Amino acid sequence: MWPAIVLTLELATVTTAILILIGTPLAWWLARSKSWTADVISTVVALPIVLPPTALGFYLLVALGPHGPFASLLPFFGLRSLAFSFNGLVIGSVIYSLPFMVQPIRNAFRVIGDAPLEVAAMLRASPLDAFFSVAVPLAQGGIFTGSILSFAHTIGEFGVVLMIGGDIPGKTEVLSIIIFNDVETMQWRAANIVSAYMVLFAFAVILVTMMIERRTRRLFP
Amino acid sequence: MMANFMGYSFTETIRRCIGLCIKLLTFALVGIFILTSSPAWARNVLVAVAANFMAPAHKIAAAFHSKTGYGVELSFGSSGQFYAQIKQGAPFEVFLSADAARPQKAEADGLAVPGSVFTYAIGKLVLWSANAQLVDPHGAILRSGTFTHIANCNPDSAPYGTAGIQTLKALGLYNQIDPKIVTAANLSQAYQFIASGNAELGFVALSQVMNNSKGSKWIVPQTLYSPIIQDAVLLKTGAKDPGARAFLAFLKSKTAIKIIHSYGYSTPGG
Repeated sequence: MWPAIVLTLELATVTTAILILIGTPLAWWLARSKSWTADVISTVVALPIVLPPTALGFYLLVALGPHGPFASLLPFFGLRSLAFSFNGLVIGSVIYSLPFMVQPIRNAFRVIGDAPLEVAAMLRASPLDAFFSVAVPLAQGGIFTGSILSFAHTIGEFGVVLMIGGDIPGKTEVLSIIIFNDVETMQWRAANIVSAYMVLFAFAVILVTMMIERRTRRLFP
Repeated sequence: MMANFMGYSFTETIRRCIGLCIKLLTFALVGIFILTSSPAWARNVLVAVAANFMAPAHKIAAAFHSKTGYGVELSFGSSGQFYAQIKQGAPFEVFLSADAARPQKAEADGLAVPGSVFTYAIGKLVLWSANAQLVDPHGAILRSGTFTHIANCNPDSAPYGTAGIQTLKALGLYNQIDPKIVTAANLSQAYQFIASGNAELGFVALSQVMNNSKGSKWIVPQTLYSPIIQDAVLLKTGAKDPGARAFLAFLKSKTAIKIIHSYGYSTPGG
């Protein structure tokens, strides 16, 4: 049980960290760009919300394997396949939770508008400087919401992990898989305990996010 | 744009849409009534089938339909999932399990018609690889250990998974191969892991790769694992359905047994 809890938290933490790093600049570009390509990229980012995890899991299973597009790179790392590994799960989780990180941050950047950045430019701030010292602090509510949602979404992930994980204790066996196995093997009591904690956790996460949003709205109406 | 869609006002459009919906619904209801009242379209028998039996079940259902006229609706999944669903009131009438334990438990729990359990197939385990050169006809690859991942079903929920572990233990290789095992939730997934090349080889049911000319396989001798007895049972929901009873009777017929054998299963009679 403990290895699964630690592994689940580890996966969610690593995924969220990676998502902050790639999600923030991507959200910035999506919020500022007036090009039609931004709409196309926005759509691609939103796909995991509507796609069944099995579709995503299936493509990942093929893509991560020895016949996938990255197959020629794998031997350099001494690997045959990225499936059945923690790194494979991280790749899957980053793609699966991308919209949950990008969309709140993009919305936060949009709300800022042009004015603060124009002021920054007039004060001779470089675009990079304006991004870090004006845009990011103003959008921190969005970054926070995105991080919490991505973290929680990764903890609740099941379909993708089931399809590419291979259920290896300590490496790919996360909590949602434990629940699935408990139900499959008729250990309903154990399934009930884990599920109940998951419900409590999800409730707490969503409640905290909503309370923070309410407070930020009062501070910046 | 919404306000004058095709020249109609918005409210007019809504009114026409609702009118059309009511007409379509009436047609559909009349259609359903006509279809269900004719004997050729008698209600389908709902059958829950363990995933390993997918291919033969399709063939048997087709043969059963052309012989009796009863339609069959097949659902595929793992026996463990099906048991959980049946316990929660799923509408299945017949349960073709991958093991003997769950039909027995269904009977003990009062979910099945007493005395209706019988063995419809005895499964065979095979070590399979999508690579045509990898698995030799004697399974020596297991001893050589020249692979990184070997797929096997979850031994706690899938009988074929138990058989895989028993085989490794009987060969005295379990401890050295255990770190290389990737566990699949069911046989279909074990097949996916191997067919996609993510696992070089793995244990699946012979029925899954029987008619597959690609890859390489070793049919594991049945002395290495305890027999995979697959039992069928008539569930309480199907107790009064002549179609469900006819399906179970058909499953014991020569026609069905011939199909079952053609997929590499044996039956209690041989």
